[in-house]
Amino acid sequence: MTDVVIQIVDLTREYLMGAERVQALRGVSLEIRRNEYVAIMGPSGSGKSTMMNLLGCLDTPSTGEYWLNGQEVSRMPDDALARVRNKEIGFVFQTFNLLPRASALQNVELPLVYAGVSARERRDRSRHALERVGLGNRMDHRPNELSGGQRQRVAIARALVNEPSILLADEPTGNLDSATSADVMRVFDLLHRQGQTIVVVTHEGDIAAHAERVVTLRDGRIASDARQEKIQAA
Amino acid sequence: MPLVEAVRMALTTLWTQKLKSFFSLLGVLIGVTFLIAVVSIVQGMNVYMEDEFANRLVGLNTFQVRRMPNFNMGNITDEMWREWLRRPRINYGDASFIQAKLETPAVFSRSCDDRTQIVANGKSARDIRVEVVDPGYFTIKNYDFSAGRPFTPQEARAGLPVAVIGADVEEKMFPGIDPIGKSIAIGGLPYRVIGVVAKQGTLFGLSLDAFIVAPFDSPLKRIACRLGYMDEFHVQAPTVAQMNEAVAQTEGLMRIRRQLRPAQDNNFAIQTAEGALSGWKKISAVLFAALPGLVAISLVVGGIVIMNIMLMAVSERTREIGIRKALGAKRRDILAQFVIESATISTVGAAIGIVLGILLAFIVKATTPLPAAVAPWSIGVGVFLGIFVGMVAGVYPASRASKLDPITALRAE
Repeated sequence: MTDVVIQIVDLTREYLMGAERVQALRGVSLEIRRNEYVAIMGPSGSGKSTMMNLLGCLDTPSTGEYWLNGQEVSRMPDDALARVRNKEIGFVFQTFNLLPRASALQNVELPLVYAGVSARERRDRSRHALERVGLGNRMDHRPNELSGGQRQRVAIARALVNEPSILLADEPTGNLDSATSADVMRVFDLLHRQGQTIVVVTHEGDIAAHAERVVTLRDGRIASDARQEKIQAA
Repeated sequence: MPLVEAVRMALTTLWTQKLKSFFSLLGVLIGVTFLIAVVSIVQGMNVYMEDEFANRLVGLNTFQVRRMPNFNMGNITDEMWREWLRRPRINYGDASFIQAKLETPAVFSRSCDDRTQIVANGKSARDIRVEVVDPGYFTIKNYDFSAGRPFTPQEARAGLPVAVIGADVEEKMFPGIDPIGKSIAIGGLPYRVIGVVAKQGTLFGLSLDAFIVAPFDSPLKRIACRLGYMDEFHVQAPTVAQMNEAVAQTEGLMRIRRQLRPAQDNNFAIQTAEGALSGWKKISAVLFAALPGLVAISLVVGGIVIMNIMLMAVSERTREIGIRKALGAKRRDILAQFVIESATISTVGAAIGIVLGILLAFIVKATTPLPAAVAPWSIGVGVFLGIFVGMVAGVYPASRASKLDPITALRAE
């Protein structure tokens, strides 16, 4: 039990689209252990995004339980969820979601600001995080002065700076060309080897191929959950 | 989130959107500029009216006993005017009675004035104010002499035809020559110039230097005074308190001398500097009463503008809010961020307004005789209003921002 980071029990999520009731998730149970590298796949409409929002504590389930690192987050109020997002989850988005007017360093510092870390410590930890993703020489650049791959690496540094329990990536290479994608996936592989728990939501097979376990969703249910031999990026 | 962080973030946002920020803080800027400038100008006018107007025209700690008030800024009705004209004039007996009975120490001077023609040095001038006075007059007016001297009590007693002239008269009649000892015909009467009063400048654009002063009992008295009567009786006390005491005593003495019954109104006027200022004080009180309203209007407008700008900022930065929430910002972090940002915009506006207001006060001081001085409290009020308006204007947009759903916000373009 100590090794389980994410435990989901019979999770459902309904939306009201006008008068119509849409069931995005229809009872999903899943367990993810520390240092697992999981890809969540599925066609559009399969409940992938809903899954991602729930795992990321951006949304709460209609029914079911979600335990993250020993805390039940499925019933938490807004502000408590914000604290969980801040401490336990590192987000990497398809569109990077960096603040355009802030430097790379300031972007990375952001989670630490909300964690209430002192300015000096914030700076040191953010520098270190940027160095880890190979951007030690780009700290004062703004997002628009960086290439797509570099932006995504800033986002990864930001996701890691609070030492989260899980790194949650949503189509992390969706806006990148194949060479840069490979580059970013190498960073993920490296982080995984260093012990980071990673969950990637994607519809691209070759991205999922980096993971050691692939969970496929279809119509709001888990269609398959398979361990695979991890391929090394060339 | 720490306050410093939020303020710095707000300033960065302001700086990166200079033009938009400028327009958004214009309302607060104008309001505060107005506040600082009007307060300093009105206070400057107060000082001006007290120092320049009242004390120069009436004299420091001085009052005048007259048939009717000479400075009046209120409305004078026909009825008042007719009553004034029915009053008896002040006579020599009144003056010596007051001088003899007044218990407070004081300096006295009778005075009559008229406007007449003067001729000297082959030149002539019309409509010059001539005044016959007692020697105490020079003490009361506290004149500086640029040449010569005032007349002595002996000259006054003898009624010698000696004259003290103002700087304008010197310039006009004796350009480039020393007027002392020169003769001057005042209303046809031959006089000798013995002193020149240093230039005093202007008051409301009128020269204070076009005058001639001669001993009360000199020949001019026949032109300036009606037989046995005078226009004004000046009394100067050493201090304000003694002056007030002297005013009260004089009023009593005059009522006794005029044998007025308790129910009767005074049939004379006691003109003090303060009395001369009463009209102005009414005006400045109205200005000060109207000021909060006027400032409030521009601040309300300024606040509404800032609220709109902040609403725009919230919708433009929906995605930023989503990102911040995803990274762990709580509702109150977002709320604080936008309230502080709004307060910062508004405070920057107030700060610029304060600078402009001070500048305006300095311009007024430099280009007009008004000693406009910035009141420190008005700066404090300006800063406070800046912060306050910004916070109030920011609450609604900030609360909207804080209630955004992170998922929707992250999807925004």
